[in-house]
Amino acid sequence: MIWSISWRNVWRNKIRSLAIILAVTIGLFGGIFTYAFMIGMSVQRTNAAIEYEVSNIQIHNPKFFLNEEINYTIDNPNKLITVIEKTPGVKAACKRIKCPGMASTSVTGTGIVINGINPEKEKLVSKLYTKLIAGKYFEKGDKIPVVVGQKLAKKLKAKVGSKIVITVANVKGVITYGAYIVIGIYKTGNDIFDEANIFVESKGFSKLIGFDKSKTSEIAIILNNNDDTKKVTDALQVNFINEINKGKITIQTWEQMQPALNAMTSMMDIMSYIFLIIILIALAFGIVNTMLMIVMERVRELGMLMAIGMNHKKIFSMIMLETIFLSIIGGVFGIVISIFIVNYFNIHGLNLAVVGEGFNSMGYSSIVYLQADNLFYIEAAILVIITAIISSIYPALKALKLKPADAVREDA
Amino acid sequence: MGIIDVKNLHKVYSDTKIPVKAVNGINLSFQEGEFTSIVGPSGSGKTTFLNMIGGLDTPTDGEIIIDGKNISQLNSRQLIDYRLNHIGFVFQSYNLIPVLTAIENVAFILQLQGKSKKERNKRAKELIDAVGIGEKLHNRPGDLSGGQQQRVSVARALASKPQFILADEPTANLDSKSTNDLLDIMLKMNKESNITFIFSTHDQRVMDKARRIITIDDGVVVKDERIDD
Ligand SMILES: Nc1ncnc2c1ncn2[C@@H]1O[C@H](COP(=O)(O)OP(=O)(O)OP(=O)(O)O)[C@@H](O)[C@H]1O
Ligand SMILES: [Mg+2]
Repeated sequence: MIWSISWRNVWRNKIRSLAIILAVTIGLFGGIFTYAFMIGMSVQRTNAAIEYEVSNIQIHNPKFFLNEEINYTIDNPNKLITVIEKTPGVKAACKRIKCPGMASTSVTGTGIVINGINPEKEKLVSKLYTKLIAGKYFEKGDKIPVVVGQKLAKKLKAKVGSKIVITVANVKGVITYGAYIVIGIYKTGNDIFDEANIFVESKGFSKLIGFDKSKTSEIAIILNNNDDTKKVTDALQVNFINEINKGKITIQTWEQMQPALNAMTSMMDIMSYIFLIIILIALAFGIVNTMLMIVMERVRELGMLMAIGMNHKKIFSMIMLETIFLSIIGGVFGIVISIFIVNYFNIHGLNLAVVGEGFNSMGYSSIVYLQADNLFYIEAAILVIITAIISSIYPALKALKLKPADAVREDA
Repeated sequence: MGIIDVKNLHKVYSDTKIPVKAVNGINLSFQEGEFTSIVGPSGSGKTTFLNMIGGLDTPTDGEIIIDGKNISQLNSRQLIDYRLNHIGFVFQSYNLIPVLTAIENVAFILQLQGKSKKERNKRAKELIDAVGIGEKLHNRPGDLSGGQQQRVSVARALASKPQFILADEPTANLDSKSTNDLLDIMLKMNKESNITFIFSTHDQRVMDKARRIITIDDGVVVKDERIDD
């Protein structure tokens, strides 16, 4: 009967109870939404980085990173690729000639990274070709084609068909120039990448800089499943143990190449917990306040219950149950609404283009597809209920301090 | 020796500026089956006295022996248990649980005592019938008149099969018709089931029905008279 008293007590002051339920609902929704937003954003960023930028695994000459120097190359890349493509979990691999340079038009010039690629092989590894917003991808018969990012195109005031001059040091260190025609403009959503990377055909580019065609700067490997990254990397380390020991190559996962991605993901994870905790603290204050009000209002009734023989344990449970009911109702609403809204934006995406101009410049897409683990829903709900329980301890203890004689006195 | 023996009972409220000697040396004995009224002017100590023999308040000095047990030595937890199983209460302003129906209010006491659901409902229904509001079983206190609520209170007080029932001014909020009806019910229970009632009152008509009238003034008993038929 204590359950039913508590349950009915919840509905004695409907407005007040609804206010608490609403606070729990909104609090929980706020926490889950923030989490789903942050996780969605970082997962998307990671996926984009893998799909368009770094792939799952890359191989370089260990010295390549010193200066992205054109002469620090991988020998016999084709032989390596044959082995790589036979490794279980690998979807495709391709090689790139990569070096720093400068791109200029009649308007201005800027520092860039030149990616000399084999367009057809590249397509198997990087989905960049799906991100063209103007022009087209490389086709047979194109003359001196280059594909550039939208951000760079804007900076250089270049359009499809514009001429761009690329300045680059050749293998002997002599400054060399090459003219290219923009055939396509891409936009990955990461302005930093889009501003820096241009793509040219490796065939022509290697001629321009005198690059030995039997070598390459970079091998990019894409897997069927990102979760296999570590496993495949380990397998490749074993396969290429000789090359590695001789200091000829180094194999790196995307996490090693872009440590900021993972750091960002865990930071967002922590931040959403901090946010949730802040919400919970606010909620706790609200609950303590309301429950104290309820106890004060029912002094006489609580005193009477003690007078007729309801013991402390039962009074305590009765008050706790009332809060637990309130928070469970709020919790259920909060979760249901969150699931509904998170799923909606998981499918349709939350378009922040209007408010989030800066998102792309930080490397994040402006359409965020929300995403939350089922576990987080449960965790958040449990935290809310625990908060409610903890916050009703003080008011419930306050109720136990009542002296029945004082509480039932008519003149009290 | 009666069912309640009060020896040299004192209560001093010392949380006030000047300590108040609310009960100042009361010696009394109550027998089973008595129908007693405590009377006296306002502030004479009636409520204080009833609260102490009801185990709601602890004496500053003296002993209250109920059924051979000195309840003034029990702690507040033990007192709750004692009240539940030995004493029935009727309050001036009814004090029913507002969210429970009439029958549930009565059954609640039985549940606190750990009685089975079947037994609870059977006894609660019998008692509600006995106080004459059988047709209001499932009404909540808010839907009952003062007189009806006070009858539910009496039924609730009886539910636990207490040794006696304490009622501090049970009719003070009732009109004369309801007052009469309630007293008739109490008297009937007293006569038929030998239930012991101790109640305080200011109302002459209530005093007239009592079988024993104890007059208190300034915290002491000034008169103790028994009325024989
Ligand atoms: N909690 C308390 N603290 C201090 N003084 C109190 C307290 N309760 C009662 N008193 C005082 O004790 C005295 C006796 O009060 P009590 O309520 O017992 O009188 P009463 O006979 O029931 O009066 P009434 O007929 O008005 O109900 C009064 O002077 C009262 O002011
Ligand atoms: Mg009084």
